[in-house]
Amino acid sequence: MSVLSLTMASSLVLISIFISYYQKIGIEKEIIIGTIRAVVQLTIVGYILHYIFSANNVLFTLAMVTLMIVVAGNNASKRGKEIPKVFYFITFSIALSATITISLLILFGNIHFIPQEVIPVSGMIIGNSMVASGLAISRLKDDIKNKSEELEVYLSLGATSRQAAQKIIKTSIKTGMIPTVDSMKTLGIVQLPGMMTGLILGGVDPINAVKYQIMVTFMLASTVAISCFTVTFLTYRTFFTKQHQLRQAF
Amino acid sequence: MLVDFNTKKGYNFNINVTVVTIEVNYMIEIEFKNVSYNSFRKEILKNITIKFGKGKIHTIVGPSGAGKSTLIKLINRLIDPTHGHILINGVDIKTIDVIDLRRRIGMVFQKSHLFEGTVKDNIEYGPSQKGDKNINVEYYLNIVGLNGDYAARDVKKLSGGEQQRISIARTLANNPEALLLDEPTSALDPTSTEIVEKLMVYLKEKMNLTIIWITHNLEQAKRVGDYIALINKGQLIECANTYDFFTNPQNEITRLFIDGKLKEEVK
Repeated sequence: MSVLSLTMASSLVLISIFISYYQKIGIEKEIIIGTIRAVVQLTIVGYILHYIFSANNVLFTLAMVTLMIVVAGNNASKRGKEIPKVFYFITFSIALSATITISLLILFGNIHFIPQEVIPVSGMIIGNSMVASGLAISRLKDDIKNKSEELEVYLSLGATSRQAAQKIIKTSIKTGMIPTVDSMKTLGIVQLPGMMTGLILGGVDPINAVKYQIMVTFMLASTVAISCFTVTFLTYRTFFTKQHQLRQAF
Repeated sequence: MLVDFNTKKGYNFNINVTVVTIEVNYMIEIEFKNVSYNSFRKEILKNITIKFGKGKIHTIVGPSGAGKSTLIKLINRLIDPTHGHILINGVDIKTIDVIDLRRRIGMVFQKSHLFEGTVKDNIEYGPSQKGDKNINVEYYLNIVGLNGDYAARDVKKLSGGEQQRISIARTLANNPEALLLDEPTSALDPTSTEIVEKLMVYLKEKMNLTIIWITHNLEQAKRVGDYIALINKGQLIECANTYDFFTNPQNEITRLFIDGKLKEEVK
């Protein structure tokens, strides 16, 4: 793809700016900022990846993955900014899910520990974990706030914090996992996933691209389950005191 | 068999009533000593000292936002006081395991908040949390005046009055020694209200439960309670037996409240 054709493709953004202006949605400025940020960030990342791939250094690879985890944790934690230590809980959950999933993929021989494979796969894992964790935390926070009297009923009956919050914990984990599970159901029929599309556009045989996509599907199923489970169980405790009381601050 | 908070010795005895044989717990006394509670730097309760005697019905009244619900939530430690002490039979509740305390001091809320499932699922909930799976559900249904057929019913198909009685039965399944009720009849029709009122008297007389309940209905307070306490702006204004409270109030604020002239506290 030439730079000229890419520049011409950027005119597609004008359509969204026009709709925003015509319908008085008022997000023209945000679209322009978003577009500029996307171009700048992707260009920088392109050069960084080019350097890391050339260097083929374990430390550089791990540093890049760590940076991705921290940025993802910071972004997802905005959904629960009132919750103490939420950044640490989310970042740990994303890191755990990424570590387990990537380790298993390397162990099973699906990918090799080289930057060209570890970094893009980590990106997909971390990105999906970020979205799933953010959704789970948001649901957990809202449910605990909106169902405080119901929680006090459970506590009054002699339930521990964990027993009282069990139903909300389950719902929160489910909320984080549902988008991934739903997209798995329609994969290949409604949508051709980004990775598979990219491989096909890059000239890889569709059958081979499908194999990679199936691997990605399995890996995302595992990663969102691990991150949602971990972040929800780490976070629900912050809503309760050690004496199984609902904290008033929420 | 229940264990005394003071002596750690346990005992129980039985009486026969027309419906079921009820295991009667011995009575407990609840005492507030200079209790204050602050929330977000706002003083919700101010230096409350009061004693709720054994086996009696104590009614808490006061304008909305006065601190009534806060007061009863302190008793089963859903919240803890900022200052002061709460004693049960002379023992500070902070020295009692909080889960054990909540099983011994049951609480019923304004809304029944029944859990999804059957009546049986709800009544078994409390005991099942401590691993007790052999609950005589019919026994607790009979106490609240419902027959055993209700056990298999879906809670969604019950009337508001039935739901509130099930919520009381669910609390009783933990064999509490005291019962806290936060406006248990405010959402009920007159018939269901009367049933719950009679149930409270029945639980006091037949099970010797110490009952502390909140109501906004002064006529109801006259009918049901042995003692009555007025809370206003977080302060205990007056506490007396129900007859004296209404016939010979000792405080001007009490007189205004009885006459319906006391303004509600704005939260």
